[in-house]
Amino acid sequence: MEILLNNNALPKTATVTKSIASDAVWSALENVKDPEIPVLNVIDMGIIYNVEIITAPNNQQTCTVTMTPTFVGCPAIDLIKKSVAEEVSKLGFKQVNVKVDFDNTWTSDRMSADAKIKLEKFGLAPPVVIEGELTEAQLNNVRCPHCHSTDTTLRSAFGSTLCRAIRFCFNCKQGFEQFKPV
Amino acid sequence: MNNNALKDMLYKMADDALIIGHRNSEWTGIGPMLEEDLAFSSMAQDKIGHAQALYQILHEVLGEPEPDKVAFLREEKLFKCCQLVELPIGEYDFSLVRHFLFDHAEAIRYEMLATSSFQPLAQLAKKIKGEIKYHTMHADTFLKQLAAGNEESHARMQSALNYAMPYALGIFENGGFESELSSQQVFAGEDALKTKWLEKITTVIESAGLQLPKVADDKIAFGGRKGFHSEYLKPLLEEMGEVVRLDPEAEW
Repeated sequence: MEILLNNNALPKTATVTKSIASDAVWSALENVKDPEIPVLNVIDMGIIYNVEIITAPNNQQTCTVTMTPTFVGCPAIDLIKKSVAEEVSKLGFKQVNVKVDFDNTWTSDRMSADAKIKLEKFGLAPPVVIEGELTEAQLNNVRCPHCHSTDTTLRSAFGSTLCRAIRFCFNCKQGFEQFKPV
Repeated sequence: MNNNALKDMLYKMADDALIIGHRNSEWTGIGPMLEEDLAFSSMAQDKIGHAQALYQILHEVLGEPEPDKVAFLREEKLFKCCQLVELPIGEYDFSLVRHFLFDHAEAIRYEMLATSSFQPLAQLAKKIKGEIKYHTMHADTFLKQLAAGNEESHARMQSALNYAMPYALGIFENGGFESELSSQQVFAGEDALKTKWLEKITTVIESAGLQLPKVADDKIAFGGRKGFHSEYLKPLLEEMGEVVRLDPEAEW
């Protein structure tokens, strides 16, 4: 930051490098998939909170992407972090930092509407919107991704990954998984 | 704020989460049914994740060593977990009742900490309390179902409660910085937590048709918060750190 403050004192460089806009970073992030749910990318998931680009006087740019995990103990976070860094680096930054913090609380309400459609097509019931505290009623009103009946029940709040619960549909008599509302 | 007060509190919480996480993981592969195998394994993963995030705050904000080091290479005496989490998994009735008693305390603790003046912890607490909701919901469901199952399942639930209660009360053993943490709005304190917890578990225990065991003050399993542990912690720590100690500097 000190370098930026002293910007005026530095000689102007003759060549002007085109700066990489944050829009390009956001588009690049669409290529980073969630390793546990490959139909969703990190933007769909709503886990990216900030993209900051700092341009040094020599026009070299540093990009810092801030993200937060869906679950505190998510084992995929290191892999996602690595993929984000790789994808953003392709844009030509001098340096890419990926920060993971809890300054913004991820809730399933941050998942985009588009993401929920993709999830259901993938066979995973999307999380209901909770807006505040989760209630029993919200946990019981879940649509089967196969036959779309809401005559379903919670079999186990814990499934094959931290973010999934196991449910059963009385209409089509099949078990299915749900992305847990948190 | 006195950093030692923060460290004492964070280590206590992180060590509880780490040890109960390891105990929960011991159900992987041997749960009484597939769903319960998954439930205890998932809760184990959540708890160890919570422990890691707390150790991370200790490392980044308070200058303690890295999470892996404090989790696997600290000596027993420096652990501040309560004795409840150290106990072996026993039979499923005990593990379920311990999970019920422990997670209700966790749920309330993180609810209280979500408004803590210590920002890094408040942010984490907001996240964790949403996850623990699934843990308490799971515990309540099975406690009620088994209490209402048959004579044997009811008797087992009651006897597990009687056995676990003196240990559970040890969760609330006061640390050396209670008034400081409370006056600085970091945490309202173990006594405040215990009052809320008793109220909560009494409601569930009564609705399940079970009796809240009465425990004499001198029977409460205190000591853990000050480094005095049950005979079960040391062998567990040895097992947990066995591989790391072969080569502490190895790259994974």
